[in-house]
Amino acid sequence: MGQDNKDLMIEVKGLTKRYGNFIAISNLNFSVKRGEIVGLLGPNGAGKSTTLRILSTFMAATSGTARVAGFDIFDQSEEVRKRIGYMPENNPLYTDMRVRDYLKFRARLKGLGIKESRDRADTVMNECDLTDVYRKMIGQLSLGYRQRVGLADALVSDPELIILDEPTLGLDPNQIRAVRQLIKNLGIKHTVLISSHILHEVEMTCKRVVILNQGKILASDDTSHLQSIMGQAARIVAEVKAPLEELKSAWKDFKGVAAVDISAASGDFYRCVLSFGAEASDPREQIYEMAKENHWGLRELTMQRPSLEDVFVYLTRSQEEEEEEEEE
Amino acid sequence: MQVFNTLLRRELGIYFGSLNGYVIVSTALLLVGVCFSDLVMRLNMEPTDMTLTEMFFSSWYFWLIMLLSAPLITMRSFASEKSSNTYETLMTTPVTDIQVLMSKFCGALSFHAIIWLPVMLSMLIIRFYVNDAKVVNIPAVFTTYFAILLVGALYMAIGCFSSSITRSQIVAGMISFTLGMGIFMLSYKALYIMPDTGPMLQLLTKLSLADYMNDSSRAILDTRPLIFIGSLTFFFLFATYHILQWRRWR
Repeated sequence: MGQDNKDLMIEVKGLTKRYGNFIAISNLNFSVKRGEIVGLLGPNGAGKSTTLRILSTFMAATSGTARVAGFDIFDQSEEVRKRIGYMPENNPLYTDMRVRDYLKFRARLKGLGIKESRDRADTVMNECDLTDVYRKMIGQLSLGYRQRVGLADALVSDPELIILDEPTLGLDPNQIRAVRQLIKNLGIKHTVLISSHILHEVEMTCKRVVILNQGKILASDDTSHLQSIMGQAARIVAEVKAPLEELKSAWKDFKGVAAVDISAASGDFYRCVLSFGAEASDPREQIYEMAKENHWGLRELTMQRPSLEDVFVYLTRSQEEEEEEEEE
Repeated sequence: MQVFNTLLRRELGIYFGSLNGYVIVSTALLLVGVCFSDLVMRLNMEPTDMTLTEMFFSSWYFWLIMLLSAPLITMRSFASEKSSNTYETLMTTPVTDIQVLMSKFCGALSFHAIIWLPVMLSMLIIRFYVNDAKVVNIPAVFTTYFAILLVGALYMAIGCFSSSITRSQIVAGMISFTLGMGIFMLSYKALYIMPDTGPMLQLLTKLSLADYMNDSSRAILDTRPLIFIGSLTFFFLFATYHILQWRRWR
């Protein structure tokens, strides 16, 4: 085995997959450290599932290499498969099996002994809240329960790396919250790589994000860093009761303000949305002091950091503009 | 071995845990029952030099059951896993392609062996009541069962191959039936169509599964058809293995 870097769980270099003339993923490079929860984010057709299928050794890449836990996914695919728990998109399961039997069967396939597979099946059923349906046929379960069976299957061999492809697809809000909490708990012991096209979900669960679009990586960083690459650290919303002209000139002189949008609010108040540069520190205290000195009324002072959705729109728009420029 | 045993148990569980398996078994047994009562009636009506096993395996009932049951048993093996995407969850566990292939082949062959077991038992029962070695030759019952397993292995390998090249069970069944029928037709050609002499007839006689079954039902075990059928079975399993491997190279 070739453990080049023991801190890295996944190391992807120049990974490309072509289907005929169609390029599903192109020259992907990213890495995931042990113990991280990383989100693979992108719209439908971005290449997320293809990337996960290659990493789980189900299909081969056209070019490039990837290592999981130090093992090459192509040359040492069996070693890789011993170390991963993978839940594919749409969570395919044997619907003719009972929940506990299915988990025991999967544990045996993953190399666990008879007693060990029984114990692990019981443990993951507890973790995934499946104990009340353990005798039911999988085909009779609701979508939420089936999704949990898929998660339990990914966990049953207690793998080093858990790969989940769209784990909350088709779930209702309560089920999504439960699955999200489960994934967060997994991050304590395991390395988790999840794919999703729901930005909010990734923002809530993952510390680090790899953003994919049209088979290419647009960004790969911590969510907080990604927010700052938009060129604005924060947006401040302040509702102030003051004469409009005084207010405009005050914001003009205020340190670090990049843009101001003032609109009338109820009760003689003005709603000011202030954009600050990336280098600016939290200006809320100064705003409060300014209002106090000028004897203005202040009823709201909120900081809004850009969401991952803003980052995503910003990045995909930048890529489209670049491509248009290249075409011209 | 643990993985193979687990997969084999799962395969047998599919046959005996679902309605499909029981439908195949009961249909086969119904046809066998009809055939048997027909043969026993013929034994009562006219004198014959043939033993019961010879009569059974020279009848078209046997080939009808064999040609129909093989596609029904094997058509779901890979096609259903692919169409329901469980193939992806299966192949991302530490299993090898050869383990998956052999478990599906052995599962299908075991089910085939179980379908034909009652036929052999009924022959032994008749032997017990008739008490005449000319009617039921005991060694012939065992050589016949061995031949059923051998020809069955070929048909199961054809079925696994057909199922591995498509996601549709119906298409897999049709390909399997066509290939199986094609191989059987070689012996039909040798029996009814070809001229009495010539190298072509000799070749077809060598490839004739019907001739092999007839020999076996007379307690004759010839190694030549054994090697031919064994090689053909290996060829189809080998082809299936490479189709499974192809996924990793695409």
